[in-house]
Amino acid sequence: MEELTNKERMQIPRQKMPEQDPEKRKKNFKEVNLGFTEELAIKEAMRCLQCPKPVCISGCPVDIKIDEFIGLIAQGDFLGAAAKLKEDNALPAICGRVCPQEEQCEIKCVIGKKNDPVAIGRLERFAADYEREHTGIRKPEIKAKTGKKVAIVGSGPAGLSCAGDLAKMGHDVTVFEALHELGGVLVYGIPEFRLPKEIVRIEIESLKDIGVEFKTNSVIGFSDTIDELLENEYDAAFIGVGAGLPNFMRIPGENMIGVYSANEFLTRVNLMKAYKFPEYDTPVLNCKDKNVAVFGGGNTAMDAVRISKRLGAKNSYIIYRRSEVEMPARIEEVHHAKEEGIEFIMLTNPLEFIGDEEDWLKAVKLQKMELGEPDDSGRRRPIPIEGSEYVMDLDMTVIAIGNGSNPIIQKTTPDMEYNKWGNIVVDEETMKTSKKGVFAGGDIVTGGATVILAMGAGRVATKAIDEYIMNSSEW
Amino acid sequence: MQKIIFAEFIATDIKKFVIEAPKIAGKRKAGQFVIIRIKEGGERIPLTIADSDSDKGTITIIVQGIGKTTKELNSLKTGDTIMDVVGPLGKPSHIENFGTAVSIGGGVGTAIAFPTAVALKEAGNYTISIIGGRTKELVILEDEMREICDEVHVTTDDGSYGEKGFVTKKLQDLIDSGKKIDFVLAIGPIPMMKAVADVTRPHGIQTVVSLNPIMVDGTGMCGGCRATVGDKTVFVCVDGPEFDAHKVDFNELVNRNKSYEFFEKESLEEFECPSKKASN
Ligand SMILES: Cc1cc2nc3c(=O)[nH]c(=O)nc-3n(C[C@H](O)[C@H](O)[C@H](O)COP(=O)(O)OP(=O)(O)OC[C@H]3O[C@@H](n4cnc5c(N)ncnc54)[C@H](O)[C@@H]3O)c2cc1C
Ligand SMILES: Cc1cc2nc3c(=O)[nH]c(=O)nc-3n(C[C@H](O)[C@H](O)[C@H](O)COP(=O)(O)OP(=O)(O)OC[C@H]3O[C@@H](n4cnc5c(N)ncnc54)[C@H](O)[C@@H]3O)c2cc1C
Ligand code: SF4
Ligand code: SF4
Ligand code: FES
Repeated sequence: MEELTNKERMQIPRQKMPEQDPEKRKKNFKEVNLGFTEELAIKEAMRCLQCPKPVCISGCPVDIKIDEFIGLIAQGDFLGAAAKLKEDNALPAICGRVCPQEEQCEIKCVIGKKNDPVAIGRLERFAADYEREHTGIRKPEIKAKTGKKVAIVGSGPAGLSCAGDLAKMGHDVTVFEALHELGGVLVYGIPEFRLPKEIVRIEIESLKDIGVEFKTNSVIGFSDTIDELLENEYDAAFIGVGAGLPNFMRIPGENMIGVYSANEFLTRVNLMKAYKFPEYDTPVLNCKDKNVAVFGGGNTAMDAVRISKRLGAKNSYIIYRRSEVEMPARIEEVHHAKEEGIEFIMLTNPLEFIGDEEDWLKAVKLQKMELGEPDDSGRRRPIPIEGSEYVMDLDMTVIAIGNGSNPIIQKTTPDMEYNKWGNIVVDEETMKTSKKGVFAGGDIVTGGATVILAMGAGRVATKAIDEYIMNSSEW
Repeated sequence: MQKIIFAEFIATDIKKFVIEAPKIAGKRKAGQFVIIRIKEGGERIPLTIADSDSDKGTITIIVQGIGKTTKELNSLKTGDTIMDVVGPLGKPSHIENFGTAVSIGGGVGTAIAFPTAVALKEAGNYTISIIGGRTKELVILEDEMREICDEVHVTTDDGSYGEKGFVTKKLQDLIDSGKKIDFVLAIGPIPMMKAVADVTRPHGIQTVVSLNPIMVDGTGMCGGCRATVGDKTVFVCVDGPEFDAHKVDFNELVNRNKSYEFFEKESLEEFECPSKKASN
């Protein structure tokens, strides 16, 4: 392959990833993005300047050697690229799909200053998919057994990455999961059309192959407490239970039929596969030809609203109290939602849900907002406009305004430090909690964040856990 | 996969199962429940742990076949398996020596009230139970209740067994007879629990009911099981299932439980008559 000059590289446009046509995809749950072909991947990889100081890496929470893996793709060594990714990221096929790249690695890419940045996420996804489809996920090297045992609580990205790394170090790892399926938000939250569950399943299989043991249907706190795990069997524990407590708006009518929390709506559809009812037994309220509104502006809201469209809704709305620039959702998701015909109603807040005599939702009373001074989050604060109230017909609604922390662990492990929102307090260098032998990471520590941050936390903890169980038992 | 060690109908459409679940058996307390999923693709449904044997590592559940999942469960036999059993979930019943405690069970509610009645007796209460059913065949656990309670009263709506009338009539009779009642636990169909609350309210008798909303995860994650108690929204799976009967908004619970009526019918029809689906 001939060497390109930087100037030539800069002239290659950012490659588009093929995707399902919006008209077709809004009627199915198949993946929207189809992934690069080998040609497209090589072409995109050629755009990377192989910077002597790759600043892109500073944007990645797990410091993936971005220049190196992209260099390998450019040379056509796709398996080599996948191996390189795996050095720092246990779940590249997943992160390549769901990371908010535009504000992490890609925003730092030097090319982005003048042109579109290198499509790092899409390349990551490509290499991981290539490996999975061509050789299966290859087994990493595993160190000799240490005889030490670690309990991991929760099988979301934090728990999975911690489990994988500890197993590679030769420790015996058991993952306890409350639900009947493994993967946390990856299986119950993020829908099939963004992240096929088969990919999550195969990643988890690869952890089983290296000896990680999984116990589903185990709600820690109820079946065993953290103390019992430590007393009976395990040398250390890592808590990665996520942010599993739905927030409601505390407005009248919120308990009516037709008002869902995002967690319930997503769990019914994604985990319980209600979109395949009656082949699967769990139902979800009928959206067909209905008016559906989702309140919120994050990834969860986008997922919920796009599902409603796929379930046949006549009108699907996102209703958000700030303006579009303040929406925390990934740009790609907003863009996809618009292509699929989702209507965005900005600067609007609900005041009350209105139902019929049997409590079925019929309408919502809304109020317009305007933006005032920036608040603590740095975003401009929405202020209600008096007299702007109006009523909109509505058959179903999903409240997607974020999650708090589920109190089960706190109630059953009171001798650990929590902040006022119920998040576990940790030392950020080690993920050590205030309780001896217990580490924590992911959404339970940070509040709702991202897959890659949760994975990163799992990795950081791995090193400290290894240190603790092998060398010292000091805290 | 959990093995069914023993399964037997104890009344029309009501089946008792003893299931292998050592972890749960060793942990569970009165008032707690499990969530089960029979098979891949199945629904998650909550069922109270009626009894357990920590030595044998088993739990007992008693199931009334009313819809697709419970009927499918009731078609399973000794030796079959259940895919997922998770628990023990929910808050254990609040047990103390109240003095005289009345446990009221309507239909399969008797199974749910049974473990708590046992615990009330063990705590030193003078324990009365009133168990009822629409008709004789639906009165369950009478012998078991007689073994542990100081008094047992049986009622049937049609008078085919015990006293004719609702359980609330018997409760009213006991109150009217001047018996000092300190605590009432009522478990059964929602209208029955509401009626019991109405009977005890004017007398200021502390009354607890076990709510049965539709659940999904059972761990406080989805909020689907929410109910209004007093002026607060509660998540029944983690804040309950037992609540102060005088504060529960029963109407809301009745309405919410109807959310999926349409789908439940479709599911059941298909389960009972699969040929229908094949033909259209
Ligand atoms: C709908 C939705 C869309 C999202 N989209 C994106 C996206 O596009 N990109 C992105 O980067 N991030 C996204 N996120 C955020 C991301 O998914 C989370 O930040 C991430 O999953 C957190 O990982 P975690 O391991 O901390 O917890 P989770 O993924 O929440 O996993 C926690 C697990 O612990 C289990 N658990 C809880 N309590 C117990 C207990 N007591 N005992 C045993 N197990 C327990 C839970 O059942 C769960 O399986 C999204 C989130 C949602 C809800
Ligand atoms: C904490 C708790 C403990 C329970 N313990 C027992 C028990 O020990 N024995 C027993 O027979 N039943 C018990 N139930 C009720 C049992 O869970 C439901 O009967 C069962 O879920 C119905 O499922 P189905 O598919 O057979 O019926 P469906 O066709 O789904 O519904 C039939 C009726 O049951 C109600 N229902 C539907 N889904 C649920 C659900 N997930 N939870 C509760 N009600 C529902 C509906 O309102 C409907 O009227 C309990 C419920 C709760 C919440
Ligand atoms: S893991 Fe996420 S942030 Fe890191 S390089 Fe990959 S896409 Fe970028
Ligand atoms: S900053 Fe951009 S061009 Fe430079 S190495 Fe990273 S991806 Fe390549
Ligand atoms: S069943 Fe989901 S919160 Fe109670």
